[in-house]
Amino acid sequence: MTAVIELHRVTRSYPGGVTALRDVDLSVEHGELIAIVGPSGSGKSTMLNLIGTLDRPTSGRVRIDGHDVATLTDRRLSALRARRIGFVFQSFHLATGRDARTDVADGLLYTGLPRRERERRADRALTRVGLGDRLGHRPHQLSGGERQRVAVARAVAGDPAVLLADEPTGNLDSVAGTGVMDLLRELNMAGTTVLVITHDHEIAGSLPRQVPMLDGRVI
Amino acid sequence: MASLDPARLRPADLLRLGGYGLRSRPLRAVLSALGIAIGIAAMVAVVGISTSGRADLDEQLAALGTNMLTVAPGRTMFGDDATLPDDALPMIERIGPVTAATAVGTVSDTPVYRTDRIPEGETGGLAVVAAQLDLPGTVNARLAGGTWLNAATARYPAVVLGAAAARRLGDVPAVWIDGRHYSVIGVLDSVPLAPELDTAVLIGWEAAESHLDFDGHATRVYTRSIESQVEAVRGVLAATANPQNPDQVDVSNPSDALIAQRAAAGTLNALLLGLGAVALLVGGIGVANTMVISVLERRAEIGLRRSLGATRGQIRTQFVSESLLLSLLGGAGGVLAGAGVTVVYAGTQQWPPVVPLWAVAGGLGATLLIGAVAGLYPAIRAARLAPTEALGAA
Repeated sequence: MTAVIELHRVTRSYPGGVTALRDVDLSVEHGELIAIVGPSGSGKSTMLNLIGTLDRPTSGRVRIDGHDVATLTDRRLSALRARRIGFVFQSFHLATGRDARTDVADGLLYTGLPRRERERRADRALTRVGLGDRLGHRPHQLSGGERQRVAVARAVAGDPAVLLADEPTGNLDSVAGTGVMDLLRELNMAGTTVLVITHDHEIAGSLPRQVPMLDGRVI
Repeated sequence: MASLDPARLRPADLLRLGGYGLRSRPLRAVLSALGIAIGIAAMVAVVGISTSGRADLDEQLAALGTNMLTVAPGRTMFGDDATLPDDALPMIERIGPVTAATAVGTVSDTPVYRTDRIPEGETGGLAVVAAQLDLPGTVNARLAGGTWLNAATARYPAVVLGAAAARRLGDVPAVWIDGRHYSVIGVLDSVPLAPELDTAVLIGWEAAESHLDFDGHATRVYTRSIESQVEAVRGVLAATANPQNPDQVDVSNPSDALIAQRAAAGTLNALLLGLGAVALLVGGIGVANTMVISVLERRAEIGLRRSLGATRGQIRTQFVSESLLLSLLGGAGGVLAGAGVTVVYAGTQQWPPVVPLWAVAGGLGATLLIGAVAGLYPAIRAARLAPTEALGAA
């Protein structure tokens, strides 16, 4: 087993003296399902941004899928995100007015795949998350749980090494939330490394590994 | 480890990306494209209309010929009206390249009335003009009706009316001149190269001398020359017509006057073109404004795209192509509208409608330039957004 995510003594501080993350070490193996749990302000979103290569550490080393983030240009980091990292956000970030298939297919826009192939993979991903019969539906025709499933399909359509989910159930009722968590578990069983950020200890507790955080540190 | 070279966006994908923002807010897209459309339409219409007018003038000139020169008496050095010598016409006819020459003489102080019942003084501004038989052939005048004078009618009290004279007098069988009736035997079409004939009541040279107090002096000589020699003829006409006082002779080329008239209209065109350019500039600012707002509103989308793997360059390209598409939309609409205005206006003027290709290409080129300039700054701002910040905005 090799580490797909490796954080070594990572600190992220902002101008003005705020330190969101302090000296964090973390190693996640291929195929793990892990919860990063902590109250708001504990630094878990900062950690997600660093793991997702949307941000760079002030000091320390971040390795994703074997790549040292510090050595990569912005262009190469973008390519890394396009091919190896999938994101699911609390607020779904679906485009209004576009149907599920287009939205998921456009998630693959930056992989360089031709349009037909993108649509084929979108159909497959949507079927995989249980929305095979909702391909032509637009966001306003879908329930919250279904919208988050579309977002999950978009994140996994490109077959990423890591799926990062930031409060994926935060905007959902408990039934829809449970459904989405079950879906993430299924994806993990099929081989995807899944990292869930949550403030909900119950959700965190249902996952095989928890990384509790407080005040920018792993405790 | 996977290769980490970002994939290039395909042209078709780029087009879809550019159109995405426009399709999601169609009304705003149409309104901001409208500014550009109005500017381009104005410029294309101005160029199209003036080109159509020039095409019409060219057609006219081709039909009329540019080889006509007219000779008229000018003024003496004391400011009095000069006269042409009696032998001016035969002298002019002797110039080698002159192929035709004919004289007319205005019969002074001879009012024309519709009937003998019209009170004296209500003359309608018409002049009695003595003409020679070869006048229509030389000035390219056509008859609207009736016949031209012939050797017989040129001796009798008969007249041919100019186009404007016929309109003013109405459909009358005869006119009343100097105490007697003169039969109207024909009416001319208007003569573009000799507009003074339009208000003339033309009478035979001999009849003018025998029935009216015509002194026999030519007041204007129309000449036609070999096309290539027109300038040379022009140089010697004054001295030939009046060898003693060549400075008392006015020589002119009526086709020059037509061209000059169009050139005067050209200054107005320049003004309208300037207005079109201002409209275009305002349209461009409108597009820039729309793009700035679009970038502000779509921070979350930008963040999402960055998380999906878009490079800064790809974000920039997306917004520039959106701006290009937006202004091109306006430009294409403007070219169509401008061409439409040209066709309609040329139709009302009976001109051949012409929209020059360079105006169309220039219009579209200008919109592309405007789109690029208007979109560049907002696009750069969009690309500079940090992904975390952009996502946090949602």
